[in-house]
Formats: sequence, structure tokens, C-alpha cells
Amino acid sequence: MRGLAVFISDIRNCKSKEAEIKRINKELANIRSKFKGDKALDGYSKKKYVCKLLFIFLLGHDIDFGHMEAVNLLSSNKYTEKQIGYLFISVLVNSNSDLISLINNAIKNDLSSRNPTFMNLALHCIANVGSREMAEAFAAEVPRILVAGDTMDSVKQSAALCLLRLNTTSPDLVPMGEWTARVVHLLNDQHLGVVTAATSLITTLAQKSPEDFKTSVSLAVARLSRIVSSASTDLQDYTYYFVAAPWLSVKLLRLLQCYPPPEDGAIRGRLTECLETILNKAQEPPKSKKVQHSNAKNAVLFEAISLIIHHDSEPTLLVRACNQLGQFLQHRETNLRYLALESMCTLASSEFSHEAVKTHIETVINALKSERDVSVRQRAVDLLYAMCDRSNAKQIVAEMLSYLETADYSIREEIVLKVAILAEKYAVDYTWYVDTILNLIRFAGDYVSDEVWYRVIQIVINRDEVQGYAAKTVFEALQAPACHENLVKVGGYILGEFGNLIAGDSRSSPLIQFDLLHSKFHLCSVPTRALLLSAYIKFINLFPEVKGTIQEVLRSDSQLRNADVELQQRAVEYLRLSCIASTDILATVLEEMPPFPERESSILAKLKKKKGPGNLHPDLDENRKERSVNGGTVAASPTPSTDLLGLGSTIATQNSAPPVSKGTSLLVDVFSENIIPDMRCLPLAPFPSRFVCKNNGVLYENQLLQIGLKSEFRQNLGRMYVFFGNKTSTQFMNFAASVFILCIPADPTVDGGAQLQQILNIECVSDFVDAPVLNIQFRYGGTLQNIAVKLPITLNKFFQPTEMTSQDFFQRWKQLGAPQQEVQKIFKAKNSMDTEVTKAKIMGFGAALLDGVDPNPSNFVGAGVIHTKTTQVGCLLRLEPNTQAQMYRLTLRTSRDTVSQRLCDLLSEQF
Amino acid sequence: KWYMQFDDDEKQKLIEEVHAVVTVRDAKHTNFVEFRNFKIIYRRYAGLYFCICVDVTDNNLAYLEGIHNFVEVLNEYFHNVCELDLVFNFYKVYTVVDEMFLAGEIRETSQTKVLKQLLMLQSLE
Repeated sequence: MRGLAVFISDIRNCKSKEAEIKRINKELANIRSKFKGDKALDGYSKKKYVCKLLFIFLLGHDIDFGHMEAVNLLSSNKYTEKQIGYLFISVLVNSNSDLISLINNAIKNDLSSRNPTFMNLALHCIANVGSREMAEAFAAEVPRILVAGDTMDSVKQSAALCLLRLNTTSPDLVPMGEWTARVVHLLNDQHLGVVTAATSLITTLAQKSPEDFKTSVSLAVARLSRIVSSASTDLQDYTYYFVAAPWLSVKLLRLLQCYPPPEDGAIRGRLTECLETILNKAQEPPKSKKVQHSNAKNAVLFEAISLIIHHDSEPTLLVRACNQLGQFLQHRETNLRYLALESMCTLASSEFSHEAVKTHIETVINALKSERDVSVRQRAVDLLYAMCDRSNAKQIVAEMLSYLETADYSIREEIVLKVAILAEKYAVDYTWYVDTILNLIRFAGDYVSDEVWYRVIQIVINRDEVQGYAAKTVFEALQAPACHENLVKVGGYILGEFGNLIAGDSRSSPLIQFDLLHSKFHLCSVPTRALLLSAYIKFINLFPEVKGTIQEVLRSDSQLRNADVELQQRAVEYLRLSCIASTDILATVLEEMPPFPERESSILAKLKKKKGPGNLHPDLDENRKERSVNGGTVAASPTPSTDLLGLGSTIATQNSAPPVSKGTSLLVDVFSENIIPDMRCLPLAPFPSRFVCKNNGVLYENQLLQIGLKSEFRQNLGRMYVFFGNKTSTQFMNFAASVFILCIPADPTVDGGAQLQQILNIECVSDFVDAPVLNIQFRYGGTLQNIAVKLPITLNKFFQPTEMTSQDFFQRWKQLGAPQQEVQKIFKAKNSMDTEVTKAKIMGFGAALLDGVDPNPSNFVGAGVIHTKTTQVGCLLRLEPNTQAQMYRLTLRTSRDTVSQRLCDLLSEQF
Repeated sequence: KWYMQFDDDEKQKLIEEVHAVVTVRDAKHTNFVEFRNFKIIYRRYAGLYFCICVDVTDNNLAYLEGIHNFVEVLNEYFHNVCELDLVFNFYKVYTVVDEMFLAGEIRETSQTKVLKQLLMLQSLE
């Protein structure tokens, strides 16, 4: 097709996007006029123009005509014309109903043509499109072609995979029938191509209904046996770099993984022989130095090992597999090291090979330290976790801890969880456990989630023998000049409970303990301060001698008149309690916490949740081990999430827990239809700009309703608790809240004075500007109320702070020097230019505040990473205040221009 | 080539994402990379990357060699294939893909058989 080649080279010669579009538009006009013209086009021209349209479409342009001409080509008698017609249909699937019946008609004709070339084109089209309409039309015909005696081999191959596609997309339409038994016998077919295609089909069907296809086991074993015992030249066409039918072998081994080990002794023996032969071949000198040879050979080997692990019944094979993988751990090919680590992870869970896996611990630790590819290091962490038991726990935990200091941000949280779990599970003495968790907080405090520090407190409270040690250790840790807030939380709690155990030492007298805790107070967030206040009142009970000092602190204006209601209330109540209650009452009220009920570690549940359902390692081993250790497992519930905004944030509801009185539940059924308010007529309330740097507070308030928010963000995920408070004494009826099109299932009534809580799960898919809108509608008295507010979900919420040295900072700053990566803004200060406030805002914004980086000490620099589902964007920022002029200059450099712009806009509003 | 249903915008997004995760990797990295709930197996030939996205439980090396097998067929069919052959003959490349991979599975692995079939189809022009 000369015309096509000329057109393609024209396009390639276009110097600019504009020129290309111009050329394409010219061509589209030309084709349109040809199609519309009076002169009937011959098949060749039609084919040429349809092919040009296809090329234009593949370049990323919309094509809105030519479908009819493509359908016409389907009924041509010439192969090349038919082929282009089918290709166009397959690539530009169009559910236009008139055309579908024409297309199906053409396919039907070709299927019954008895011309193998045409039949294949038709079958490929069905397999490529796989639509429901096609399944309806051909689900009966395709199996017939597949098992008919006179069907050509190549057509059988296509029919098998075509049926596989229909079965995956519309399983309900593919009837099982007498053809199933005959499909299984395709495993015996002389043509290995037919066997290759049929094995995939049978595997898919066997996964769905194993009983119907269990006769395939003996046939698959026989076939496999013939392949692995053949000389490398026997299979001719199917030998690939001296390896006999590697892809078919892999497929057969996968089919066998749908079933338990064969019960029939003879078949079982034959299979074991096959697996041994495959393992033996791995030890033989290679027949070729080419990587293709070793890859093909090892593809079969890894699949054989998967089957051995799946059966988990032959100790010798398991140990041999483990030794083989051990050799690969030191191989010079990264691919093999990666796959060996991955495969060994499942081997570690078998009781037969667990010990054998453990012998490779040093190599795996070395991999953790030296591998360049983060995904390989990740596998090494997984394997260390899987091979850990009482005998090597101390070593493994120590190695993971030291790796944590340099680990990639993307996997830190997971490592923290794994260390916390291992430390607890294999703790012989709990002092080691306490040390480990405190080290976790020291090395990676930001990645230590609440579950982790809750758990250490639960354990300390439940075990008398470790309490004194814990108190001593946290006391010492708190003496560091800068400690993580999580350490202050643990320290406050533990000293409040068990500070008395170390008070005898003059170096940790009650007053010193108190002063130490209180020196951290002003640096902490509100929840930590609240926790510290509780520790103080506990101190009053433990140490009457510091009562006066503490009362003075509680009495100060910064406590008693604190702007935060929670802190103020605690200060007032604790002060009052300490003044009026007798020692006895104090001792009763402030008694040591009772032991927590023993239950499964919430950290474990979190790790399972984090790894999610579609996880690389199904963690069979974890389930198996945990069952024996803890007597039960908690299934992680995957959070439902739907991409409904298309502007970057995904919001899905998990559950709503309406704390409204039970009496109203009857109304749920009556009013459960969701009301979607018409957004166009609503006044849209922006959120207060302080939410950019804060996560909690009152979002909206009018005479009737108050909306409060609490939210937390980690990496690209967030959770927002929305509280709707009814300020009136009358019930709200037909209450509905929705975020864009999604209605949040909420209780439709809110009693007077009551509060309704909802939880939103948020995922940042890509960077975004617009905040999602929360619409609320309810009936108060006789009138319908509509409220729309923007939710304070801004791009910076998905910031993870990054600490770096001055040298690193400037190096990266230079790397991000392209003009579009930098956004700068000079603006007038709206508030007083207080250094501490500015620092707090930058940290609240989410970036790490880097001290001593900028040569000018009055400037601020920060760094962090914005996490979205798909990418991470590194961000650097610099804020230069000019106090004389009351101006700021703010500079943002990130790897993405839209992110630089958005962050600059958001942050500049704050000062 | 798509073996699952996506709308055009989603396809474009996927192409960009795959490009972003694959092209930043160097020779010291593995030929495998996790991608959403799947994994990508890729192989680089000069400036051209061939990528396959498969289930996480699929056999990495089998698909890695599946790519090479495909490339050897292209090389034979186009006599020392280069990028331009693939651009100018994109409609033929689709035929080669369908001969070797169908419905997301490996259909035929014998180079001899595939080439014989392709030559037969060529003769029908």
C-alpha cells in the first residue's frame, strides 16, 4: 500500500505537533470525501483508507467515521482486505448496535466458511474483542469448532484461546457440555501448538471447576514426562535454545498446581521423576552460554519448584529446591537473585524446608545491604521475615533495624510493622522487645503508626517483669536533645504508670522525671499534650512531693485557658481533682491500668491490610504460622474504593457509624433513597485556609449545623472523619451527605443535639487542584436545607517529610533546575512574621524543615515527597522573609510543573 | 495490544505509567517491575522496549523469553527488523502478535510454524 507508506513518512517528517495535526486533518478530509463520493471505491482503496484511519487512531486521534467501510471489508473475499477490516474492528471496538449485528454476521459467515485462514481471522476477532454480544452469539459455536474432528490444527489453537477469553469475560454464557471431556484429550494431541493453547484453556476451566477436569492430571503428567525425558533435538520446532518445549512445560506445571498431589501411586511416581529430572538438569553444565538458554531452562525450574511447594509433601524435593535456590542467591544475574528470594519466601513456610532456608541467612542479609534494585531488597526483607523464628530473631531484627536507617521511604512503614511483629512474637525476654521498639521510634519515628506504640504499652502493662526496665529505658531515651513525638507518647504513658519503679534513684527522682517530660510539652501536638497532662495527674498520685509543682503548671494560663477545649478541660478537671480529692480517692481514681485483654496484635492485622488482597505473596505461611501462635487470624478487609472524581482524589465510604438513638432505625427503610442535591444552585463554601496546614477542626457552621473534621494522611492515602452536629433541638429528616455523585449511606435522621459521624477513605490518584465538594441536604422543620462545602483535601496532605543534608539539598535543588520545574511567588505578609509560627506552618504543610541548610539563618528550607497512587514527586521549597519590607519570597522546585504550581499557591496563602 | 477492557483515556494513562516505570530502570535492575496489581516483564532492544503485563503469579522467565521468541520471529519476518519496519508495517505486526499471543495467553511458540503461517498469509496478498 504505497499511499499508506507515503502518508506515514509524511507524518514522520512533520517538524511540529501542529504540522502533524494539519497533515492528519488534510488526510481525514480526503478520506471523508472519498467515502462520501459518488464513485464506488474498489476493495483496495477502501482497505488503504481504513488502514490510514487506523494509523491516525493509533497516533492518539479520535476517529468518528469509517466503521461502515471497515465492516464492508469483512465480507471481501481477499485475505488482505478482510484482515484490515478485522483489525480495525478489533482496535476500535464500537458498541454501536447496528454495526454489532453486521459484524457478528460477517464473523458467522467466516466461521462456517471452512477456510482455515478466514476462520482464524474471525476467531482472533472474537478473542480480541471478547464482548458480551459476541459471547452470546458464538459461545455455542466455538466449542464445536474446537472439538470437531476435521478442524485444522491452527484453527483449534485459536478456538481454544477464543473460548478461554469468552469464559473469562462472560462465564455464564459458556455452557459446559459434552465437549469438556474432549477438550481434556487435546493434551494428547500430536501438534504441540494445539497442546500449548489447550493447556491454558484447561487450566482456566480447572480453576473454576476442578472436579470436571481432574482427568487432566494424568494426561498432563504423561505429556510432561515425555517432554522432560526427550533429547534436546526430539521436539525440533518446539526446542528453544536446546530446551525442550519450555513454555508448554511451564503451562503443564501450572495446570498441575490446580490439584493436590496425584493419588494414584504410578502417576505420582512419574511426576516425582519429572521433577527430579528438572532439578538434575539445573546442575548439568549449560548447553549454551546464551542467556536465552538459561532463562528457558530456569523458567521450567522455577515452575517445578512452585509445584513442589504447592504439593508440600516431598521433603527431599523441598530441600533440593531450597539448595538450588540458594545457589541462585549468589548468581550474577539480578533476575535470578530476585526470583530465588521470591520463591524461597514460600519455601520458608514449609516445615520440611524451613531449616534449609535458614542456612542462607547471611546471603540474604548481604542482599539487603548490597542490592541496587529496591525491589530485590524488598524481597530480601520479605524472606528474612518469612525465615524468622526464635533461633535467629535477634539477628534478623537487628539487621532490619539497621537497614531501616537507609531504607527507601516506600517500604519503611512495612519494615517497621514487620520488625514490631517479629520482636513481639519471638521475644524471650521483654527487655529486648522494649529496646527494639524504642529503636524503631528512634530510627523511623514517622513511620511508626499508632498501632505499634499502643502495642508496646499494652505489653508493658501486661508484664510485670518488664515494667521497671521499660521505665528506666524510656527515661534514658527521653534525655536525647531531640526525640520523636512517638517517644514522648510512650515515655509519658510509661512514666505515668511506672515512674515510681525508678524514682528511688536520685538521678531519676520524681521531680527530674517530671521536668524531663514537661520540657517536651511545648513541642508536641495536642493529642500528645493531652496524654502528658494525664501523666502529670498520675504523677500527683504516685509522688505527693511534686504535687505543688504540677498544680502550678496546671494552673498556668497556657493550660487553664488553652484554646484547645480538650486540653483546657483536662487541665481544669485534673487541677480540681488534685485539690479536693483525698489521697484515698486519688489512689483509686488514678490506680495503675488493669492488664489489657490478650488479643491478636493489631499490628499484624495492619500488615495484612497493607499488603492487600492482590499481593505478590499470598502469605500462606503467615496464616499457617499465626494460627498456631495466636489461635486465630483477622482477615483484612479490602477497602472499597472507586475512582469517581477523576480529578485525583478517590473517595469511598467504608462504613458509617451513626451514634443516633436506635429508635430511629425504622426510618432507614422509609427514607433510604438517596437524594442527590442539585449542585448548580448551591453557594459553595470554601474551606478555611488554616486547613492547609492542619488536619482537624470545625469545617463549617451555621445556625443549624456544625461540621467537624478529623483527618489523617499517610503517603497517598487518607482517612477523614466527618462529624455532623445538630445544633437545634429538632430532628433533621431526610439527612443526606454526598461527595460529588457518591452518596454516603448515612442515617437519614439526626436527632436534635445529636451528632452523626461518617468516615471517608481518600486516595490520591494523581496530583490535583480542585478539592472535592461535600453536599449536604436535610429537612429541618418544613424546609429543605442545602449546603455545599469544599473538603480540605489539598495536594500537600500527601506529603511525606524528607530529611536531608545541606549537600544533598543543593544537589537536588540544582537537578530540578528546569524552568518549568520552578515556581516562585513574591507576596506581602498577611500576618506577623513570627519565626516559630512560620516553622510550625511549614511542618504542618507536610514538608520536613531543614535546619542549617540555607546559609542565611532567617530563611526556611523544606523537603518532602508527594505521594500519589502512581508516582512520587520530590519537592523542595525555600521561603525567604524580608521583615523590613514585610514581604516573602517563596520558591518551589519539584519534578512536576503542576505540583510546583499548586504547592506554591497553597503555601503562599498561609503567611 | 489490550487483552482487557479499558476506555481510551485509561489506555493512554496506562501507556504513560508503564513508560514511566520501565524507562527509569537500568541494566543492573531486574527485567520485572510490580505495576498496580500486576507485574510488567520487559526487555530492551536498542532504543525499543518490549513490555508484557501479566498476573503476579505468572512465570517471569517464561514471559521474558516469550518476548525474545517474538522478537526473533519479527527479525526473521522483516529480515533484520528495525523500528521503522514496525511503524510502516504496523498492521502486519498485529498479525504476528495474534499468531503468537491470543487472549493474553501464549498461542504458538514454534518459530518455524509461525513463520510458515506468516509466509502463507503473505502469499495471499
